[in-house]
Amino acid sequence: MTALETVKNAIKMENITKRFGSVVANRGINMELREGEILSLLGENGSGKTTLMNMLSGIYFPDEGQIYIHDQPVTIASPKDAFDLGIGMIHQHFKLVDLFTATENIILGLEGKLDRANARKKVQEICDKYGFDIDPDMKIYDMSVSQKQTVEIVKVLYRGADILILDEPTAVLTPQETEKLFAVMRNMKADGKSLIIITHKLHEVLAVSDRVAVLRKGEYIGDVATKDANQQSLTDMMVGRSVSLNIDRPLPVNVEPRVVIDGLTVFDELGVKRLDDVSFSINSGEILGIAGVAGSGQRELLESIAGLYPISSGSVLFTPPEGGEQQQLVGKDPMDIRKAGIAMSFVPEDRLGMGLVGSMGMTGNMMLRSWRKGKGIFLDRKDPEALAQRIWQELEVVTPSTSFPVRRMSGGNVQKVLVGREIAQAPSVLMTAYAVRGLDINTSYTIYNLLTEQKMQGVAVVYVGEDLDVLLELCDRILVLCGGQVSGVVDARTTDKMEVGALMTRMGGGQNNA
Amino acid sequence: MHKQSLFHISKREALPLHKALLIRGGIILLSLVFCGLVTTVLTGENPFSVYGTILDGAFGTSRRLGVTFRNVAILLGISLAVTPAFKMRFWNIGAEGQVLIGCLATTACMILLGDKIPNILVILISLIAALAAGALWGFLPAFFKAKWNTNETLFTLMMNYVATQLSAFFIIVWEVPKGAGKIGIINQTTKAGWLPELGNAYMLPILVAAIMTGVIYIYMQYSKHGYEIAVVGESQRTASYAGIKVDRVIIRTMVLSGALCSLIGFILTSGVDHTLTTTIVDGRGFTAVMVSWMSKFNPFIMIAASLLLVTMDRGATEVSSSLGLNHSFADILTGIILFFIIATEFFITYKVSLRKSGKKEG
Amino acid sequence: MFDFVSFFPRAVMQGIPLLFGSTGEILTEKSGNLNLGIPGIMYVGGISGVIGAFFYEQSVGSGELNGLLAVLIPFLCSLIGSLLMGLLYCFLTVTLRSNQNVTGLAMTTFGVGVGNFFGGSLIKLTASEVPSIALGRTSIFFKTALFGETNGWFGQMFLSYGFLAYLAIIIALGASFFLNRTRPGLHLRAVGESASTADAAGINVTRYKYLSTCIGSMIAGLGGLYYVMDYANGVWSNNAFGDRGWLAIALVIFTIWRPSASIWASILFGGLYILNIYLPTGGQMALMELYKMLPYIITLLVLIVVSLRKKREDQPPASLGLSYFREER
Repeated sequence: MTALETVKNAIKMENITKRFGSVVANRGINMELREGEILSLLGENGSGKTTLMNMLSGIYFPDEGQIYIHDQPVTIASPKDAFDLGIGMIHQHFKLVDLFTATENIILGLEGKLDRANARKKVQEICDKYGFDIDPDMKIYDMSVSQKQTVEIVKVLYRGADILILDEPTAVLTPQETEKLFAVMRNMKADGKSLIIITHKLHEVLAVSDRVAVLRKGEYIGDVATKDANQQSLTDMMVGRSVSLNIDRPLPVNVEPRVVIDGLTVFDELGVKRLDDVSFSINSGEILGIAGVAGSGQRELLESIAGLYPISSGSVLFTPPEGGEQQQLVGKDPMDIRKAGIAMSFVPEDRLGMGLVGSMGMTGNMMLRSWRKGKGIFLDRKDPEALAQRIWQELEVVTPSTSFPVRRMSGGNVQKVLVGREIAQAPSVLMTAYAVRGLDINTSYTIYNLLTEQKMQGVAVVYVGEDLDVLLELCDRILVLCGGQVSGVVDARTTDKMEVGALMTRMGGGQNNA
Repeated sequence: MHKQSLFHISKREALPLHKALLIRGGIILLSLVFCGLVTTVLTGENPFSVYGTILDGAFGTSRRLGVTFRNVAILLGISLAVTPAFKMRFWNIGAEGQVLIGCLATTACMILLGDKIPNILVILISLIAALAAGALWGFLPAFFKAKWNTNETLFTLMMNYVATQLSAFFIIVWEVPKGAGKIGIINQTTKAGWLPELGNAYMLPILVAAIMTGVIYIYMQYSKHGYEIAVVGESQRTASYAGIKVDRVIIRTMVLSGALCSLIGFILTSGVDHTLTTTIVDGRGFTAVMVSWMSKFNPFIMIAASLLLVTMDRGATEVSSSLGLNHSFADILTGIILFFIIATEFFITYKVSLRKSGKKEG
Repeated sequence: MFDFVSFFPRAVMQGIPLLFGSTGEILTEKSGNLNLGIPGIMYVGGISGVIGAFFYEQSVGSGELNGLLAVLIPFLCSLIGSLLMGLLYCFLTVTLRSNQNVTGLAMTTFGVGVGNFFGGSLIKLTASEVPSIALGRTSIFFKTALFGETNGWFGQMFLSYGFLAYLAIIIALGASFFLNRTRPGLHLRAVGESASTADAAGINVTRYKYLSTCIGSMIAGLGGLYYVMDYANGVWSNNAFGDRGWLAIALVIFTIWRPSASIWASILFGGLYILNIYLPTGGQMALMELYKMLPYIITLLVLIVVSLRKKREDQPPASLGLSYFREER
């Protein structure tokens, strides 16, 4: 009963190991969450944060180890067990039934008689208490990303959870929304709830948490009180060695407009405007960075240029590097663009879902760009095989053979295959979306170097990224998207994070306020 | 409280081919033993004599041998026909109707044109009509799938019965004699529109199926179309990205599948049965779906799978008729073998191990 | 003149097996299982009832049948037969994660085979001395109008059916209530829409899939039982049940997965099946076959229109046909 009284643990994980096939996602993890604290779980993509948390929420079951909740040993075999123990997790990918209303989703999985009116009332009460702004009767498919996240949080509160786990909740939010979320988190902490926030954004860690725990490559590196930490010390823990980015950035050469986009406007299949009167130019010999909160129209922009997204108005004019007549790309699909002699390469965000065929090997994937070239009705395998061999060696792709399915390769190797193939097309325009997402530091640098090399050869490079530090050090100019509109184009050498961050939110941020 | 499942299930690293084949072979043997047991329990016969009867029924005489291999050819042909669409992950379970509509088109030509124009023309026109009809039956679901993402499984299923009822309608229109409710052998005396025999009554379908096996294998493996189909099946977004016109591939492939199905229909009516009934396809359109799937879309494995199922079918018919039982016995045995094979896939794809207790400390 | 009062009961009697089948299949599909084995299961449901009744009639000999047992034995046998089929489907597709289409088609081959085999061979297998399976004595109890003898057009149209017909309607209404107004119904729909979401919400996906598919199978099996015991007067003839199982699946699409709509829609489908007898062209066999095509054509049109309109509420359950595996990564 004195100041020496030990702080009680809300969660204690002891020696937790989880494997997927031969991959060890978490190895011998010991970690605790104290009651009434906000703990940041920090780590790079693929460091095993989400897997670890999924064992608390009952999605996965640990292969080894023991979990204690409020100092009681427990077995969490299902999400229901987790609820019963007062654990609520807000997943990165929302677990909502699109067809149901907010209320129906919130009460999903609970027991007892179905009383929609009463449930609705309780939902409204929670919303009022924390200032959430959602309509309990709205269908999920009509909601914006941040509204969906709100439903997820209300769901957990509705169940009276006292331990909340938020998996990268800010990835889809504007700074204002992030601030609101942090305020709510602090309220909940004041209510005596214990929270874990998974993130890899250092400033957020420092802003909201009491303590930071760091994972690296599936292992627990350690924890530190936030007040004793700073960006540098956390980075060191997270990546294992001190890195300053130091990306080599030569001055651009022979800059001339390659693709000029004017007044581009597109709508998605539900009729929501995704790009609104977007105008800019992509220049040869430089890297154009594109920044913005997730879902600000980045994907739609690149896909529109590549001929993969229906354009409702505007123009995309291509100027051939060898001179000659300008070509209008609007109305052309990828095959038309290719046939018009335009070498446009595109590294899409969804590598296995769009850029590659997961079940095929490297050779089969090389053919994605050259399958038309064979004689008559037959495929040519020789050239793609040679290209696959070359990329295998030059980019040091780890794979047993060129016919080994790329789906079973690691993320970094998958990206090397994709980027290697796209660069091998000798493009005049090279567009990349989140080219280093989920990659380790070394592979990321390989990619930066490849892009810079292309720039120096006079290619017009587009780099859509999420890490502002990288954008600032790698690119020559940065275009900032906000809610489907261009909120500014800045010189990457003279701007700073504050300016870009402000532009990202100038119009209130992401699609949600559109 | 013991809440977690007793078994731990995880995806296997790819099983070496010989091991996978061994497991499959073992399971098929097991299913045959089980079939024998079922037969014994139901009939009280000695299981070994049952197997003897099965083999005798399938291969006992040169006539039986011929019929068995002809039936293998028909089943194999339909299985090959549905394969391109499946490889594209287009769940076409309308082969039954696509074959039948080919039979119907052939019948129409034989009845309406037979003895009026030269025989070779009758056959040619029958063939073209059959192919066109099957192509149409394949085109419709593919068109709606491509344009509006209409569920193809349900669509093709309905198309089966449209074909069945259409056939039923024309059977009565053309019934011989009036009021018989069936057509009987078409042009029995003149044999107009009948495909010529190659050596014997069984060779032609066998030859067609053999050629189809090679052609489909090459088409799927080495042609640009085959590559397009494989990419579309894996991911439509990847296909668009690679400049493949997804809608066109879906429609083209289903037209091809439908036309190949109706080619078998043409062979059935013009070269084998010389008649049209609503049950002429006899469920083989559905069986072919299963043959294609359990062969992993490999034409050569399909030969073995078709042979197995047809042997059991013919053999079981023999068993039941020798015992005075109903011939549907064959369907039961077919079902049992299929269940065994379907279940095997799980053990090839996944590893099952007893779960270590989560309560003890590691 | 078109005699609607005598046409309607005939349409209802055609429609009841479809109503059982479609209600069962809707419950099944709401869990994300596309059970194409329903036609086979309806055969098994029918023949299981027949086997039960056959043995009961045999055991009683020429004595008097006990009305309760005469109904209860076939009823329970039918339920057990279809339950086993439902369990087999679930074991293969849920536990062993097999392809649902392939499993379903194999079940239909198997089920139709079981039905026809036992229908054709039961007498031989049991060495009985009866010439054919005609369970007229049992059938009487199934056919007895639940509300006694009734007269007038109202009685003829609405009160003249055996208890299974009313049971079909009650089950359909019950299923409708269950899906829309109860918590397990909400959970079941969540499983069919997104199994991973349901799982994350603490819903036991496997249990819901097993329960809904098995109960759905049992309901569908009763359609087979009604067909032999009531409609066909207890006489089993091979393949007589025909394509009604597929028609039941068509009905599921036609009603856009709503059991309550199945009630009138099944009668409509049943009516189309026998329409030609009541039309001026009556007796034209060929035309009758075209009328029988109408349910399929109409269903195709509904399927197309629904996909054209893209209304979210009208689409098939989103995870229909997919297996769910939690640790997939």
